[in-house]
Amino acid sequence: MSTFTETAPLAPPRPLILRRPKSTTGFSSWFTTVDHKKIAIMYGGTALAFFVVGGIEALLIRLQLAGPNGTVLTASQYNTMFTMHGTTMVFLVGMPLAVAFGNYFIPLQIGARDVAFPRLNMFGYWVVLFGGLFIYSGFLFGGAPNGGWFGYAPLTSSPLSTGTLPGHGPDFWVAGIVLLGIGSTSAAINFIVTVLNMRAPGMTLMRMPVFTWMMLVVAFLTLFAMPIVTSAMIMVFFDRNFDTTFFLASQGGDPLLYQHLFWLFGHPEVYILILPGMGIVSEVLPVYSRKPLFGYSVVVFSGIAIGFLGWGVWAHHMFATGLGPVAISAFGLSTMLIAIPTGVKIFNWLGTVYGGAVKLTTAMLFSLGFIAMFTLGGLSGVLHSIVPSDTQQTDTYFVVAHFHYVLFGGLIFGVFSGFFYWWPKIFGRMLDERMGKLTFWAMLIGFNLTFFPMHIVGLVGMPRRTYTYEPGYGWDMLNLLETIGAFVIALATLLFLVNVIYTARRGPIASSDPWDGRSLEWSISSPPPEYNFADVPRVEARDDWWHRKYTEDADGRLVHLPAGGAVDDAEAEVAIVDDAHAGHGIHMPSPSFYPLVVAAGLPFLGYAAVFLNPWFLVPGLVLILFGVYAWGLEPGTEPGTEH
Amino acid sequence: MTPRSWRPRRLFLATAVAVSLVLAGCSEVKNNRQNALQPKGHDAKTINNLFWPIAIIAIVVGILIIVATVYFAIRFRYREGVNDNPKQIHGNTRLELGWTIVPALLLAVIAVPTISTIFDLADQPDADALQVTVVGKQWWWQFEYTDAKVVTADELVIPTGRKVHLELKACEDNICNVIHSFWVPELAGTVDVVPGRTNELTLDADKPGTYLGQCKEYCGLSHANMRFRVIAMTRSDFEEWVSEQQQGPVQPLYAGEGADQKPAGPAQELIATKYQCTSCHSFDNAAAPSYGPNLTHLASRDYFASATYELNKKNLVNWVMNAPSMIPMQTESDKCRPSPVNGCIGMPSFIENVPLGQPKMSRADAEQIADFLLEQK
Repeated sequence: MSTFTETAPLAPPRPLILRRPKSTTGFSSWFTTVDHKKIAIMYGGTALAFFVVGGIEALLIRLQLAGPNGTVLTASQYNTMFTMHGTTMVFLVGMPLAVAFGNYFIPLQIGARDVAFPRLNMFGYWVVLFGGLFIYSGFLFGGAPNGGWFGYAPLTSSPLSTGTLPGHGPDFWVAGIVLLGIGSTSAAINFIVTVLNMRAPGMTLMRMPVFTWMMLVVAFLTLFAMPIVTSAMIMVFFDRNFDTTFFLASQGGDPLLYQHLFWLFGHPEVYILILPGMGIVSEVLPVYSRKPLFGYSVVVFSGIAIGFLGWGVWAHHMFATGLGPVAISAFGLSTMLIAIPTGVKIFNWLGTVYGGAVKLTTAMLFSLGFIAMFTLGGLSGVLHSIVPSDTQQTDTYFVVAHFHYVLFGGLIFGVFSGFFYWWPKIFGRMLDERMGKLTFWAMLIGFNLTFFPMHIVGLVGMPRRTYTYEPGYGWDMLNLLETIGAFVIALATLLFLVNVIYTARRGPIASSDPWDGRSLEWSISSPPPEYNFADVPRVEARDDWWHRKYTEDADGRLVHLPAGGAVDDAEAEVAIVDDAHAGHGIHMPSPSFYPLVVAAGLPFLGYAAVFLNPWFLVPGLVLILFGVYAWGLEPGTEPGTEH
Repeated sequence: MTPRSWRPRRLFLATAVAVSLVLAGCSEVKNNRQNALQPKGHDAKTINNLFWPIAIIAIVVGILIIVATVYFAIRFRYREGVNDNPKQIHGNTRLELGWTIVPALLLAVIAVPTISTIFDLADQPDADALQVTVVGKQWWWQFEYTDAKVVTADELVIPTGRKVHLELKACEDNICNVIHSFWVPELAGTVDVVPGRTNELTLDADKPGTYLGQCKEYCGLSHANMRFRVIAMTRSDFEEWVSEQQQGPVQPLYAGEGADQKPAGPAQELIATKYQCTSCHSFDNAAAPSYGPNLTHLASRDYFASATYELNKKNLVNWVMNAPSMIPMQTESDKCRPSPVNGCIGMPSFIENVPLGQPKMSRADAEQIADFLLEQK
């Protein structure tokens, strides 16, 4: 490395057309930044924007179903709405939100200055953004997706000429999912390498914060799950356009092949969505209970177990397809099995709160809400593993209730907990707690008002994905309640956004450690400097930052250390000396245009696929080839820029 | 009123209001005949008997955990000087083992009846069972009575107290090659109808009555409208129904033989020649499966159009003229050419977006067709 730094200024390779960006602040820096924290904020902002869009779609769905024979949407609009709501919430909200938190806090929690692949990281973000915009551009260019977020073949794979689903909906969906898969795979690779290679000295795997652990599991799940759905998407695309018959039974294909592939991705995907929430909650509960996480290693290993078992339960989405009693018994059992590590986690969280000194901040309320709501979702999940009874509940609103309790009550409550917990660290200002608590109560009440009645309405026979129903089935009142609840959720979301805008200027300035935190991110300023740690910390224990502030007395009770902490004097002096040099001599990767350029080429390939028009390939390939070439030649760190 | 004591009460109040509203919602049920909690047949009862004990276990566990969460949060809340130095408990192996083993045992208790029920329900019925082939189409159901050689649409008539063995297939024409799901919640659980496969389902009804069913698997534009009815009759009524259905049409479509064959009257002329309804529907053969519903005995049914509209003249006239205005269909005029049928999904409209090469339909014509159909008992 050092030889390179010395020789590089002599002959800098300059095949570049674009000038290398220099500024790391200001508006333009958002397009070129490779700072994992900025990229995380972009992921978060994008995901929140899509959360609002997906929420509006949900409100339209609920308005249509508020009463029998609704006329707010037509059948075709309704089908598009539920497809886009599901696709948006899974691929454009859930996954990017997890990546946002992971991007920001994995390096901070493991004491790293950066992620392993900063430019790949940036590329992944732009692909996700462009992939999302690409899917939504279907509304402008001949049909937004309308085959369901699960996109069952052969409905979606039928050749365009037969018009089983009119328009280009499935084409946009198929190409969009492939694009988003590229984005999430880059994030996953980046996380895995970062966690495995860039931990601070002393940060063994079993000293890592649980959030980082869960994101590692999520990254592995993503890495292995995305190729499966991508191959299914490619088969669908070929069936539609090139006369293959993978899923067309009339020509020898098998529709169940698609379902096996889709759910082999789709069930791990559920854990890709929920494990980050579990990770956040495992960070939040100890801090506001002023106790360590109960059974750290059990929580970690149950997370890993969930990650493994998540691959063995896919066919429980297919209990009604006629797989035969032996197969469905096996998948019923594996589904029950996965309830055990999940239950263990819930009990450990309760064990953390038990005997603590609980501060009911907004973040804590959301985490407690997570436990309660996720438990209900998990238990209705156990009911689904009772195969015979699942044949009554599958594809009814009972399922809709179940997975909203898991994914909204789990992921979204977890994420909101994370927002309130980490906001001061990210933006240097506190969110308003009073508004926050109001947000929590509105969301909790709205959420239960929306989704609890769905259990009942499903049990009494209302199928999902139906745009209309007739009066007299006993569904009217419950549906009305659900719609009212949905608007209460919308109100809560609005209140959160108001909170964000209001506190952006007026919120109290956050100290570096406002919550008396346990993990390393609280040891540096809020917001953190670009290089995160002036000194890369030496980690000596789990919850290392906490151990520098506290210890336990003989009775096992929390005791403050005198200022200066366990760090011995010699080390403290070194730290002070280093502080004086903070930011000097630290090489951070330089900004770059090229990840954005390459990512901008990908949607053109998507349009080429949708319209089967080779001319779209030209700008796409030009951008990609130029971007990759220039990216390859551009040094990661501009020599000498920081000195 | 300190905020601290008020908040849990507010939560309780909101929950109470929500629960009572939900209960109010249930009491409004008048004639719901599509309710999985009102089993009227053997399979549905077996499922219901399995569901409730396990549901109650789940509800109890759920309540315990939620109560514990709320209780711990309140009981151990931070108070200066009282518990600001909580005991730092890192874990407890015995507890961990306990809450791994207890749920495992609980699940084992649940697993045994579950699996035995799976195999019970998979047992094939006796030879006495009534054999019916069910074909799921976009978006209606065709029922073919294997032994009686009778074909109906959207109404499955069955005798009470006798097992009915269904073979479920999806329409395998390249155009309608999609998955459906057959569901009559009061009689049995769902079975998917998958192209390329024949799935089986046995159901029976204890008492005469009408049981509503609906397609459960998203199958395109009009998935929500893919309904049907199961009508259970006493055995003797059923025998009578079968023999009526086996009759030829009340009014034949054609008169004459061979080259002399021509529509038997003006209504038949409209159906067979002018609007070529015959390219999709069968009017003169009660045993013939067809692209659209077999209409030979249409008037013997109470409902039509995926069991959504009551069969009366007003509805039928509107339907004949403009079906897509009553149930959304995918009828692009160039795809709905009468012969050969080329990708038309659903019944075309004869007043707007008329099939290519077809005349527009007058109301008088539609009424004449409806009158004819309403005589086809």
